[in-house]
Amino acid sequence: MFETVALSGSRGERVLFSDVSVTVKPGTLLAVVGENGSGKTSFLRMLCGLLSPDQGAILWQGKDIRRLKELYSAQLTYVGHLNGIKDELTPVENLKVSACLAGDDSSGGIVQTALEAVGLGRPIHRLPTRVLSQGQKRRVALARLWLSTRPLWLLDEPFASLDTAATRYVTQRIQSHLSHGGMVVVATHQEIALPPDSVQHLRLTR
Amino acid sequence: MSQPSMSEAVRGVVRRDLLLAMRHRSDVAMSVFFVVIVASLFPLGVGPEPAVLRMIASGVLWVTALLACLLSLGRLFTADYLDGVLEQTLLIPQPLSVLVLGKVFSHWVISGLPVVLLSPLLGLQFGLSGNSLGVLTLSLLLGTPTLSMIGAIGAALTLGLRGSGLLVALLVLPLFIPVLIFGAGAVTNSVTGVGSEANLSLLGACFLLSLTFAPWATAVALRIAVE
Repeated sequence: MFETVALSGSRGERVLFSDVSVTVKPGTLLAVVGENGSGKTSFLRMLCGLLSPDQGAILWQGKDIRRLKELYSAQLTYVGHLNGIKDELTPVENLKVSACLAGDDSSGGIVQTALEAVGLGRPIHRLPTRVLSQGQKRRVALARLWLSTRPLWLLDEPFASLDTAATRYVTQRIQSHLSHGGMVVVATHQEIALPPDSVQHLRLTR
Repeated sequence: MSQPSMSEAVRGVVRRDLLLAMRHRSDVAMSVFFVVIVASLFPLGVGPEPAVLRMIASGVLWVTALLACLLSLGRLFTADYLDGVLEQTLLIPQPLSVLVLGKVFSHWVISGLPVVLLSPLLGLQFGLSGNSLGVLTLSLLLGTPTLSMIGAIGAALTLGLRGSGLLVALLVLPLFIPVLIFGAGAVTNSVTGVGSEANLSLLGACFLLSLTFAPWATAVALRIAVE
C-alpha cells in the first residue's frame, strides 16, 4: 500500500498543495487532476522522491520513503513529463539501456515485443529516435511499462501527444497492471477508460 | 520485481554514454583536435630551440589537457538533464555516487584517455626524452581522471543555470591548480633530472582524494539541481 500523509509542497514562495492525504491500494489508480500549474507534476515528482515535501510524509508499505531510499526506487517505474530517452539512440537501444538500468529483462525479442505492443512497427525500431514524431517518442517512453515488473507506476501525462490507438494500448496496459495487483498514480487532463471502482481522483487547485 | 546489481547499473550507464559518444564522434574528435592543435602551435610560436621547448613542455601539455577537460565538462550532465534521463538515473535503485562514477569514467574515456594516448606523440614535438615521455603519460593517466572527477562537481553544481559554462570554469579552475602543479612538476623534474616520484605520489593522493569525495559531492549537487 502507498500513501501520503498531510503532504504539502511549494515551488518558491507559492504553495502548490497542502495537507494532502491519500491512499493507493493494490489494484487501484489515483488520477491526479487539475489545471495547468496546479502542481500535478511536482506532486508526482514528490512521490518519486525527486522533490522533498515541505511537510508530511510519503509511506510505502507503512515506511517513510526517505528512509527506504533505493529500496523504494526499486518498487517504482516513473514516466515523467520528459520522455527520458536519447534522440541519438534507436528505440530498441533506448529500451535496452532502460531495461538494463531498471534490472528488467531485455533479452531476446522482449524489447521488440514491447515496442510493437505500443504500436511501433519493426521498421521504426532501428531508426534514430530523433526522426520520430512527438507521439512516437512518447510511445517509446511508455513501452517501458511493458518491460516493468514493479508494483508502483507513476505516470505524468502519459497520454500527451498520443493518438486514440496508442491511448487505448496504454490504458489496456494500465488495466492489466491493476488486475495483477499493481498501483498506478497518473497526472492527467484526460478521463481514463477504467472501471470506476478502481479509480480515485485527487483534484489539485491553484 | 526487478533490481539491477551495482555492476549492471554502472555498466548500463557507461555503455549508454559510450554509445552516445560513438554517435557524436565529432564531439570526441573536437577535444582531440583541440589538444593536438594547441600543443602543435606552441613550438611554432616559441621557436625551434630544443632547450626552451623541453622546459615549457610540461606546462603547455598539462594546461592543454586541463582546458580540453574543461571544454567537455558542459556535456557531462546537461543533455541528460534536458531530456529527462537524469531523472531516470536518480531513480535507479543503486547509490547515485556509484552511478556518477560510471558517468565520470565515460567522460574520462571520451575526453581524457585520448589525451593520455596522444601525449607521447605530443611530447616528442617538444623534444622530451623517453623517460620524460613516460612520466608525462603516467602523470596524465593519474591526473586526467582527477580532473574529470573534480570537474563533475562543478558541472553538477552549475546544472540548469544560465551561463553555466563560465561558472563551471570559475568553480573548478582553482580546484584544478594542485593537479596542474603536481602533474607539470613531475614532468619538469624528470626533464631537469630531479626525481619525479614525489610529484607523482601527490598526484596519486589527489586522485584517491577525489575518488573518495567527488562522486558523493556530485551526487548531492545533482539531487539539488533536479529539485
